[in-house]
Amino acid sequence: MSSQVTQKRSRALQRREDIAGYSFMLPSLIFFVGFVLIPMVICIWLSLTDSNMHTQGGGNFIGLTNFSNLFKDEVFLDALWNTFVIVFVSVPAVTAFSLWVASAIYKLKMPVLSAFRCIFYLPVVTGSVAVTVVWKWMFDNYTGILNSVLKTTGVIDTNINWLGDEKYALWCIILILFTTSVGQPIVLYVSALGNVDASLVEAAQVDGATDLQAFWRIKWPQIMPTTLYILVITTINSFQCFALIQLLTQGGSGTQTVMYYIYYTAFKLTEQSGHFGYANAMGVVLAIFIGILSAVQMRLAKEK
Amino acid sequence: MENKTGNGKVYKIISLIILVVLAFLFLFPLYWIITGAFKPPADIYAQKPVWWPSEWVTTNFSNLMNKRTAPMWEIHMPFSRFFSSGGESITLATGPTVPAVFRWLLNTIFMAVAAMFLTCFTATMAGYALAKKRFRGRSILFGLIICAMALPKQVVLIPLLKEMSAIGLYNTIWAIIFPTVGWPFGVFLMKQFSEGIPGEILEAARIDGAGEWNTFATIVFPMVKPGVGALAIFTFINSWNDYFMQLVMVSSNVNYTISLGIATLQAETSIDVGMLMAGAVLASVPIIVVFLMFQKYFTQGITMGAVKG
Repeated sequence: MSSQVTQKRSRALQRREDIAGYSFMLPSLIFFVGFVLIPMVICIWLSLTDSNMHTQGGGNFIGLTNFSNLFKDEVFLDALWNTFVIVFVSVPAVTAFSLWVASAIYKLKMPVLSAFRCIFYLPVVTGSVAVTVVWKWMFDNYTGILNSVLKTTGVIDTNINWLGDEKYALWCIILILFTTSVGQPIVLYVSALGNVDASLVEAAQVDGATDLQAFWRIKWPQIMPTTLYILVITTINSFQCFALIQLLTQGGSGTQTVMYYIYYTAFKLTEQSGHFGYANAMGVVLAIFIGILSAVQMRLAKEK
Repeated sequence: MENKTGNGKVYKIISLIILVVLAFLFLFPLYWIITGAFKPPADIYAQKPVWWPSEWVTTNFSNLMNKRTAPMWEIHMPFSRFFSSGGESITLATGPTVPAVFRWLLNTIFMAVAAMFLTCFTATMAGYALAKKRFRGRSILFGLIICAMALPKQVVLIPLLKEMSAIGLYNTIWAIIFPTVGWPFGVFLMKQFSEGIPGEILEAARIDGAGEWNTFATIVFPMVKPGVGALAIFTFINSWNDYFMQLVMVSSNVNYTISLGIATLQAETSIDVGMLMAGAVLASVPIIVVFLMFQKYFTQGITMGAVKG
């Protein structure tokens, strides 16, 4: 009898929790389901159709044709290659650089520390449009500061068309991406290094460990979760490199990336003419690659 | 021992010098934007770089303002495009015609503020529910949120565009605001903050007979306020700078954001560098000021969001 009562009561309690929980979730769920989940489902669906600007509604179901066409598409393969170059250069560079900066500044006194942190974060806050507009000028063939400084210091003899030359353009993009990517990792590393148990480091030093040993043996394992997080967010960011391409080269001089090619296929008038299905197939492929890479990073980090 | 600390000192000094040099390099683009905006054309197109404007001029800004015009504000009848004959929304009132950059700035501020308030409101409630309410389906929902966070946002922009045009929001500022609010990072962040609320306090409030909403408003909200501050500033800055979303969702001059406007001017007239720098100043300086003012909260938000990668 009494157990029945408690059961009833706990069921009533559970219902109360359910109602309260979902009421509090509701406003957020409307936006999340409406503008994140549903588009994701549409994205996968459209990638299996021939939908384009002219077809009304969803277009015709064509199975995996878009995907098989993708891997015959030279431009796409080129874009994929460039995207991987960007990711595999910028992710290690950003991670190593921000770790070095963070370990150099995290022990500094407060106003100095926060000044450094701010400065390295500024390119992120400045916004991609303002950043690219000024870099475009600095890289400019005739009026750019880079050419004139390099010429006066004797590094180069003739002006280099940085953004127009296949040899340099992608590296210029990577450089700008780098300056706009290190801000967040530095903030994260500074706080992670500040949280490392100081007594462990001291104990190691008493035992005669050098700074470098103390770092690798004690600090590195402790900041591993942060490193992992940084690897994942930097990977996602680098894969999505778009504004720089769109504003600087429009995919020219060997800088085509997947993200820009998606945009180009979907919105620029080409013979494909707004081929949404094809563009979405690229989106799905990109998401799969990001998923695989993140999973690999997680796995590697866990094994260590 | 002596020797070791000596080496350490040398290393420290060298790394500090490198850091200072790097800091100057990182600051340089911003310096170049600001000085460039006030340089006369002769300085801008000089063969040798002019490090400091030979003369501070405002012509770049006046060129920027003369470029395009737009009404300062318009008030549309909500949802009127569904029943008006041409599918256009009905304009109720229009403000005075001003240089388009002012309208763009107004749009951007409106967008960032609206996204900020909506995100904070929805995410605080949802974060609290996920952290403290044991409702059925909670772990599935949380799993969905984590998965969505790991996916690149930009990938879904095209289906999002289709959806927006289907519900008649395409080419309105709301088409940028709503997906920003839907992005689950805020919910995740607020869940992290809400975990810290002691269960006993909530239990005590319940025993005292406080209703759910009352408990949330008077007990939970004050306790997660630092989190709300962090989320607010984070959302404000991110939506201000989310250029790709703005580019896809908005197509007409009057609805441009400042970033989009400057990008369009750049595509049209990449010759007038001074004017573009003036535009870059308008696009970046306000947000930098906001960032510097609320830097503390911002840093906190970034770190809290990462605690459990």
